[in-house]
Amino acid sequence: MAKRGVIKVSGDSEAREAVGEYKAGWHDPENSTIRFDFGLSEEVVRQISELKEEPEWMTDIRVKAFKHFSERPMPTWGNTSMLEEIDFENICYYLKSSDSTERDWEDVPDDIRNTFERLGIPEAEQKWLSGVTAQYESEAVYHSIREDLEKQGVIFLDMDSGLKEYPEIVKKWFCSVIPYSDNKFSALNTAVWSGGSFIYVPEGVHVEMPVQAYFRINAKNMGQFERTLIVADKGSSIHYVEGCTAPSYSTDSLHSAVVELIALPGSHIRYSTIQNWSSNVYNLVTKRGIAHEDAKIEWVDGNIGSKLTMKYPAVILKGEGSHAEVISVAYSGEGQHQDAGAKIHHLASNTTSKILSKSISKNGGRGSYRGMVTVSPKADNCKLNVVCDALILDEGSRSDTYPTMEVANPSARCEHEASVSKVSDDQLFYLMSRGHSEEESLAMIVNGFFEPFTRELPMEYAVELNQLMALEMEGSIG
Amino acid sequence: MPGENTLLEIHDLHVGIDGNEILKGIDLKMGPGEIHAIMGRNGSGKTTTANVIMGHPDFDVEKGDVILEGESLLELEAWERARKGVFLSFQYPQAVPGLQVGNFLRKSVASIRGEDEAKGSVFRKELTSAMESLEIPRSFMSRYVNDGFSGGEKKRFEILQLMLLKPRLAVLDETDSGLDIDGIRTVSEGVNASIRGTDSAALIITHYSRILEHVQPDMVHVLLDGRIVASGGPELATKLEERGYEWLKEE
Ligand SMILES: Nc1ncnc2c1ncn2[C@@H]1O[C@H](COP(=O)(O)OP(=O)(O)OP(=O)(O)O)[C@@H](O)[C@H]1O
Ligand SMILES: [Mg+2]
Repeated sequence: MAKRGVIKVSGDSEAREAVGEYKAGWHDPENSTIRFDFGLSEEVVRQISELKEEPEWMTDIRVKAFKHFSERPMPTWGNTSMLEEIDFENICYYLKSSDSTERDWEDVPDDIRNTFERLGIPEAEQKWLSGVTAQYESEAVYHSIREDLEKQGVIFLDMDSGLKEYPEIVKKWFCSVIPYSDNKFSALNTAVWSGGSFIYVPEGVHVEMPVQAYFRINAKNMGQFERTLIVADKGSSIHYVEGCTAPSYSTDSLHSAVVELIALPGSHIRYSTIQNWSSNVYNLVTKRGIAHEDAKIEWVDGNIGSKLTMKYPAVILKGEGSHAEVISVAYSGEGQHQDAGAKIHHLASNTTSKILSKSISKNGGRGSYRGMVTVSPKADNCKLNVVCDALILDEGSRSDTYPTMEVANPSARCEHEASVSKVSDDQLFYLMSRGHSEEESLAMIVNGFFEPFTRELPMEYAVELNQLMALEMEGSIG
Repeated sequence: MPGENTLLEIHDLHVGIDGNEILKGIDLKMGPGEIHAIMGRNGSGKTTTANVIMGHPDFDVEKGDVILEGESLLELEAWERARKGVFLSFQYPQAVPGLQVGNFLRKSVASIRGEDEAKGSVFRKELTSAMESLEIPRSFMSRYVNDGFSGGEKKRFEILQLMLLKPRLAVLDETDSGLDIDGIRTVSEGVNASIRGTDSAALIITHYSRILEHVQPDMVHVLLDGRIVASGGPELATKLEERGYEWLKEE
């Protein structure tokens, strides 16, 4: 089992500090941050770029993206009434931490500390995650990992440093999978992005080290508009893990990330995410990968919390024999709507795809599966498999599915299964008769339901996710 | 034999659901080390009796009491009863997809017998030998609880839980139905080993005398329309098998 280590991202760049707003969650904002005025304009976009000392082409893309964002109407599908509530004028698009003084652990709200504790997260790490210490212990671990990766020619940087140090690689791929004009939120992200990861894995290199070592870093650095780009060169492989089961308490109400993956021929990228946002957050994320010949892209995506999440990890199967997998779980509680799913486009022959979506709704929460799979006329002998399961824990909670399949080639083999279930009294009674309280029994059922997802996670995160769900089930019995 | 000290006492038990009375005054006493059987037609209230002993929340106890070792169970939830030593082998065990058998067994033993009992090599040995005696393949450990189990596999898995949880009172609801001939013998051996000569007791609900030939119950009770209409020794089971239930109605 991989050792958990939390590591500081390298490159003491100004850009990285720019994502320091994560710390501001419960911190008096006057204390240590330089804020831009609220609201967005071309001027603000140019200023951000200038502050980061970016090349001109990046400034240009940002400005174009901003214009597109301003003109583009809001999506007319999904939870439009929640979307309409977003007040773009009332968002600060850039803040830069001017110092990294430690916050006071006493200021961290009790319920957050309790959750950390009950998830079994060590105190040093709890403090780090809460932004009360500047860094977590494992810097040494990080350095040795980095040295190892560097020896193999792997580039692993935060996105801002990536742009500084490898402008030509970034320029080649940035916006190549998700053009800024893809949707309103990808345009917004492109205009104001900060933070995120940049990874390049050279030909034939296998990053054995699960990149989960960076897990907590990314949890902490997860900016409001992070931008991630991963390029896996021919025959290489990488498993990237981001996010955190611990709650990300944030006062920023809008989070809109963009993640682009490029899997060159024969390579394999697995991208695992768990996000647990506080219930004021709009989490509107665009994630897409391109798989070239015989390449494989897997999205493992867990969404907990937030007010509204709209996230449909996508794969374009561009090369013959490529494969896509999207495994996702969503948990929506009171006042929350998880609108999640997957998109897969079969553009080439002999491509295969698999979508497994699991959603749980409780306390009036709402889970939606929105999926789209297409097969182009030229793509022969494709195989697609879609399974979506929903578990509804009480009356008043809701689950919808919006599956779309557009198959323009008759040789395709398509399988689609959907189920909606409720926890039955008899199932609970069975578990209770084995000595488990009602809450424990419910947690067993819920964790069992998520198991096909959980087993894809590194062990320690799987354990944490189970514990988190057990916490969520507490007090849920009427 | 019965009387000296009582493990379970059911007293004038009336039970309804949605306003319909299902059990209409049941009395039953069992002592430690005893095995009793309940037989009776479909729909006579056997499973209801078992459910009420275990604490199924859907049933309303309108009158009477269920007492284990001098203490009424009625105010306790099912999981509390389980921790006091009540066990039910279900007529229809429930599947829990995604919950691994090994994990489930360990957690159940921990919650009923205590954390320490579920740890270490002693528990693993206990588990392995119980599985061997019930001829449950090791591969079941990583399967999901009752998910895709055959009828007989479900019943063997119930008895595996019985053996590991070591209850004071085991209620077996048609555990023999769906088991093959060897399975019935294996299960009977398991029941005998868990009860005879111990201070535990078992209540076996069945339609067939075959299992009773193996376990030789101390008493056989016949349930008819929510009442116990006859009680006797093992010979009563044989008589029922030969003559059916009709003659009891006349008496
Ligand atoms: N949840 C319920 N809701 C409504 N009626 C019920 C419920 N449970 C049991 N009953 C009714 O109570 C009566 C007794 O049922 P019970 O399951 O106890 O019978 P049984 O003796 O175990 O029968 P079998 O031999 O078929 O297993 C039946 O008429 C049944 O329909
Ligand atoms: Mg029955």
